[in-house]
Amino acid sequence: MNKSIPLWVHLLLLAVAIIFPFVLPSAFWVNFGVLALFYAFIGQSWNIAGGFAGQLSFGHVAFLGAGAYASTIVQMRFGWNPWLGLPVAALAGAAAGWMVAAMSFRAGLKGSYFALITLAFAEVFRIVANSIEITGGGLGMLIPMKQTAANFQFADRRVFYYIMLALTVVSIAIAVWLKASRFGARLAAIRENEDSAMALGINVYSEKVKVMMLSGAIAGVGGCFFAQYFLYIDPTIAFGTDKSVEMLLVSMIGGAGTVYGPLIGAVLLALVSEVTRAMFTIQGLSLVIYGTLLVIIIAFLPNGLVDLFKRREKRQLGRLSSGASSKTGDA
Amino acid sequence: MLRIEGLTKIFGGLRAVDNASLKVDAGQIVALIGPNGAGKTTLFASIAGFHKINAGRVEFLGQDITGRPVHEIARLGMVRTFQITQPFAKLSVLENIMVGAYQQFEDRALAETHAREVAQKVGMAAILDQPASELTVAARKRLELARALATGPKLLLLDEVMAGLNPQEISEIIAVIRAIRDTGVTILLIEHVMHAVMSLSEFIYVLSYGKIIAEGAPREVVSNREVIEAYLGRGAADQMPATAQTGQSQVGHSQEGHSHA
Repeated sequence: MNKSIPLWVHLLLLAVAIIFPFVLPSAFWVNFGVLALFYAFIGQSWNIAGGFAGQLSFGHVAFLGAGAYASTIVQMRFGWNPWLGLPVAALAGAAAGWMVAAMSFRAGLKGSYFALITLAFAEVFRIVANSIEITGGGLGMLIPMKQTAANFQFADRRVFYYIMLALTVVSIAIAVWLKASRFGARLAAIRENEDSAMALGINVYSEKVKVMMLSGAIAGVGGCFFAQYFLYIDPTIAFGTDKSVEMLLVSMIGGAGTVYGPLIGAVLLALVSEVTRAMFTIQGLSLVIYGTLLVIIIAFLPNGLVDLFKRREKRQLGRLSSGASSKTGDA
Repeated sequence: MLRIEGLTKIFGGLRAVDNASLKVDAGQIVALIGPNGAGKTTLFASIAGFHKINAGRVEFLGQDITGRPVHEIARLGMVRTFQITQPFAKLSVLENIMVGAYQQFEDRALAETHAREVAQKVGMAAILDQPASELTVAARKRLELARALATGPKLLLLDEVMAGLNPQEISEIIAVIRAIRDTGVTILLIEHVMHAVMSLSEFIYVLSYGKIIAEGAPREVVSNREVIEAYLGRGAADQMPATAQTGQSQVGHSQEGHSHA
């Protein structure tokens, strides 16, 4: 059932993404592209833990914020080059993932209890960031504007777009690898039935910790990018619940546990929020439209938008097999 | 291969398994039988590490594995199946079996090849692409077996793999189990289908109210008075011909056994 995605699909999508800023070079569309890819990227982080491994988190922003803060702190307080922020953010995200996972899974928290505890962790992180000095407390941290490539800042926003595209490609490559690897198979087994996974010799605890670290690292890198793109973070931006929700929404809408689910969901989210914001002046209308779409999708495509493509595939398969030897089923 | 001494598992006030001892030698097919609620599945789960036991000792391949985590025991080569099948529902049959095969092979292609071989052995080769959630009861039971077998176990604990199957399916799976044993896998099974137990197993333990009340070769055990009593009640046991009671089976540890019954 899980046929791997043909190579031409990957290449076609990549080609579209590469030429996008040339076809639509306006600041609005480049910004749109950056945000869509950013949500695809952090959505993939959620998807790897929630979709592939079934560890549903409501507080994934904890890892994003850990990355954003860690990278900004080493830059602002210790004078590190902002590019070094990327690996620092990955490490910080992984460390936060390890902490949350080790504490929750050791205590045997699963399902909705795990979801709630992650929400609580994110809030704890927010409060800590709000109250200690090194993070700048409630004022947050403003990264001074200095547009040079060495400083991770670019006058041409398209450079940000391509950096985000490269990161997204990496995240999708990780998802493709998970689909085809032993680690991915073990995660799927854990998602479906922990007792069976255990009975077959899978160390459920350590695999779950590993996947939370991987997912946390990705979210952390997303946080670093976010800080460099907007040049400002504060506890509400870096650890706000809204981002946790968006991370899980884009992957649920697109299709949790699929390679391209988060990307599809993120493009839709960006389209709805940016386009409606540009077209209508009524505040919050984008959220109304987004909510409506969400209800429709959940009602008709419970496995996400990816199902639209899968269904067609299935129909074709059905036609092929019913056509038996005759080659009537043109794929 | 497997030696259990004085295993006791208490749930609240219930001694689900009470001072049970048994032994399985390499290459054997050993059966564990007993009336419903006797504690067979609890004993299995305790052996495989799913329960923390209250007393006793489990020794596998000469090592003391008492209290070890489930996955470590499975990696040593003792793998259980579930009476109530627990498939990875959204995965296909092949993917289910591959999860087991990945325990032996890290490489995807090798794992897949092995999984296909195992599927062939248990007769699932034709339905590899079906999602496990759409399988019949018989196919799910086979899948439990296939998944466990794919891990390359030394000892398989099979928990009622024949329950709910029709006679045709039962005779098929008997052949499969025998073939598995012939490849060198030792088997301990829980079963209610008596003709299967009689034809497959070389040694039988009978569990009743958590205690091993009899053990021996199949012919000896079925004619044992305590066993008949456990299954059919005292009245039935009294009516059995006297010859049945002289069948030299080794009657289990406790004489008072289940006097409260």
